[in-house]
Amino acid sequence: MVVFVVRRLIISFFVLLVATFLVYVLVVLSGDPLGYLATDQSPNKAQKIALVIERLHLYEPIPQRYLGWLGGVASCAIPGGKCDLGLTKDGQQVSDLLTAAMGSTLRLVVAATVLAIVIGVTVGIISALRQYSGFDYTITFAAFLFFSLPLFWVAVLLKQYVAIEFNNWLADPKIGLPTLLVLSVLSALTWRAVLGGDRRRKWIVTGVAFVVTAVILYSLSVSSWFARPALGPVLLTLFSLGSAFAVTQLTAGVARRNILYATLGTAIVGVVSSFVLKPVLDDPSWGTIFLLLLVGVLIGAGIGYAAGGLDRGQAARASAVTAGLTGFWIFVDHTLNAVPAYSDAVGGRIIATIGSNTPDFQGTFWMRFLDLCTHLLLPTLAIMLISFATYSRYTRATMLETLNQDYVRTARAKGLTERTVVMRHAFRNALIPVTTLMTYDFGYVIGGAVITETVFGWQGMGRLFVNGLLSFEPNPVMAFFIVVAVSIVVFNLIADILYAYLDPRIRVS
Amino acid sequence: MTAPERPASEPAADQRVTNEQPLEAPSMAGPSHDDQVTVATDAATSGATSRPAPVSEDGHGSIADTTTSPMRPEAPLPPDDLQAQGLTITARTSGQLVRRRFFRHRAAMISLAILIGVTVVAFTSIGFGPFPGWWGQDYEHTGPVINRGAMTLDILPSFIDGDGFSWGPHPFGQDDTGIDYFALTMRGTQESLIIAFVVGIVSTVLGTVIGALAGFFRGWVEGVLMRITDLFLTVPLLVTAAVVANKFASQGILFLAMALGVLIWVQLARLVRGEFLSLREKEYVEAARALGAGGMRIIWRHLLPNVVGTVIVNATLTISAAILLETALSFVGLGVRPPDTSLGLLVSQYQSASQTRPWLFWWPGLCIVAIALTVNFIGDGLRDAFDPKQTRVRA
Repeated sequence: MVVFVVRRLIISFFVLLVATFLVYVLVVLSGDPLGYLATDQSPNKAQKIALVIERLHLYEPIPQRYLGWLGGVASCAIPGGKCDLGLTKDGQQVSDLLTAAMGSTLRLVVAATVLAIVIGVTVGIISALRQYSGFDYTITFAAFLFFSLPLFWVAVLLKQYVAIEFNNWLADPKIGLPTLLVLSVLSALTWRAVLGGDRRRKWIVTGVAFVVTAVILYSLSVSSWFARPALGPVLLTLFSLGSAFAVTQLTAGVARRNILYATLGTAIVGVVSSFVLKPVLDDPSWGTIFLLLLVGVLIGAGIGYAAGGLDRGQAARASAVTAGLTGFWIFVDHTLNAVPAYSDAVGGRIIATIGSNTPDFQGTFWMRFLDLCTHLLLPTLAIMLISFATYSRYTRATMLETLNQDYVRTARAKGLTERTVVMRHAFRNALIPVTTLMTYDFGYVIGGAVITETVFGWQGMGRLFVNGLLSFEPNPVMAFFIVVAVSIVVFNLIADILYAYLDPRIRVS
Repeated sequence: MTAPERPASEPAADQRVTNEQPLEAPSMAGPSHDDQVTVATDAATSGATSRPAPVSEDGHGSIADTTTSPMRPEAPLPPDDLQAQGLTITARTSGQLVRRRFFRHRAAMISLAILIGVTVVAFTSIGFGPFPGWWGQDYEHTGPVINRGAMTLDILPSFIDGDGFSWGPHPFGQDDTGIDYFALTMRGTQESLIIAFVVGIVSTVLGTVIGALAGFFRGWVEGVLMRITDLFLTVPLLVTAAVVANKFASQGILFLAMALGVLIWVQLARLVRGEFLSLREKEYVEAARALGAGGMRIIWRHLLPNVVGTVIVNATLTISAAILLETALSFVGLGVRPPDTSLGLLVSQYQSASQTRPWLFWWPGLCIVAIALTVNFIGDGLRDAFDPKQTRVRA
């Protein structure tokens, strides 16, 4: 495995070298960086031209320029060395521009990828398990539609309609009766198709889902929850216990009492400690959050190990996951608590449509985080839709194929529960091809980021790239290119490791 | 349909589902069985002494086989039984089967009709090149802006708002300078269609040829192909496309399309190579070689017909990807440049008008969606037609 990874890295290195050279030459040959000065009327025109020639090293032949640039990049790899990615024609250091731009773009790309994988794979599995149901057809059609949607168009749609309409609605967050009925019916139909079963069970599910959704929506509307959203202690406890229940059901089945008790205990400990740690959580830093998460997961694993009895390994894993989820809910609760203060700070227009953050925003950790989230929301949604289509279709197809395998039939025949068959035998094997898709899709997401950044006016790497291309400057383009290529190589590496984890045959060979 | 009645087509699928209950056909994909199958099923269920068809082991078992294979090596049922019941079997080539399955794919057929409709309207309405169109207004002629350039299209029938359906002088409205927006949108559609189809053709030809050579001859061609694939795995397509488009866009859309086509062939080449790697080991290739056939003849006569399905399906998907790629590039400003226009450019120009004059934003966008969606559905129909076992998998 190590040999494999190292070999991959070496190949990637040489491929990168060739790719950078090709792109460098193409960008340099694509136009004249001095062209914008052709119509310049100012008396110091000659001086300006000389300055640009000096900054872009236009006096050197192209291969020499490339080597000079490569030398600058190589100095980044040396620890302590000053990164030199060249100058723009305005004399700015590209490395400075890149540092400013990188954070927002990587945030967008990672958020979109993770969300698309999680949601896409989940939906794909459900539509495979409920093949030819209404849910399946809806998802199939939606996936086709999303495939065919131009990303930039969706982004403009989201920006011009969803953001503005939603912000308007937030001024008086009441759900009207027609909307409430439509949403409840939709929810009822979804649950009906997802849960399945015989006719009687289907109707019960439909009815219960309809009533529950309607009641929830009505109470949210009446209590103006959307203006001042919060989970509060009750919902926090409920959600954490629910997560514990779900994790147990998915990993071992709730019939295994000691595992169930371990996860439920973990959830309760998590909720209690969130109140104990309230002073710490009022304005933490990212370091504190990660430390707390780590400690929480370790405690969860400990509880599982202690309470698990004979299944201590499984119980420890399930409890650790529960601890992570409980931490997630606590995090959500605190973020939501910051909404009113944030809303006041930005004048009630919560969903942002321009930029990657509010410039010079002051506030607590939670408000700053919320600020990033509201700016991320729409671009992520736009990119996610298209990736989601790919993942859900692909997962559905591979899941169906896996479910048709002989070993799944054998697993069913020997009396394993449907949960074990699906989660342990089918799902894990279906994930192997999906991992391959991840490596392809990541490139699309980055391409999508370039476009969404244009729509939402982010000063991210995508802007750097497009503006560099339009003014025929190789340095900013290459800076973008290097970051993208390296992150793709890293992503491929992660996929390879996942691959080895999922498929023992690869580990052995 | 039951499993055993499919003689020559898909050995693997047949073997797999032999023991299953009759499979229900997916209604969305369109029931894609042929009459002959139904006949066989009827015969089987009515107590005739049918037996499962022997799975064909000849090398032509591939579903994509359209021209060369000697079809129907064994009849699925003893003919006497069927004759006794007054039923006859007509043999069909697999090309005919594929065509039938495709023509019965409802979504694909509707999409094909819409796509042809859009194409015909786009090219005849405002004319193309030297040919005049029937619309009467062109995409360059400015005029007085009437009523802020609002849409004159009225699609509500008379029993709703009383004045009935009418086109009006500017059904899609007018842009800032009074150019008829219908003509402008149609011009953009023309450009996008041309680019998409040129990209599709260029990349399909390149991908098939290179993939075939790499898969059949192995050696340095394969080495180079795999290295280029590595290259494209490391760099997102949109990034390379943007760099290339920026270089060639100023030389007109044909150059832009060719340049994009030269970029997109890699995936198809990999697919074709993969299929060739397994096909080249088949016995019938060996037989052909023993008879003295050269490499080129084997590729052309014996192997390529077997990958036609893959190639056609991939070509369709490339076309829809090319539409989206071109419009995205034009939107960012790296593709088609003014004074020429494209759907992406139109959306880009009027994205800020989407609140005040929404039609300027919606029409070009809807055209893109219409083209991409129909092409995708046609691709889906083709895939089902060439590879029916994909739709038959059952949990």
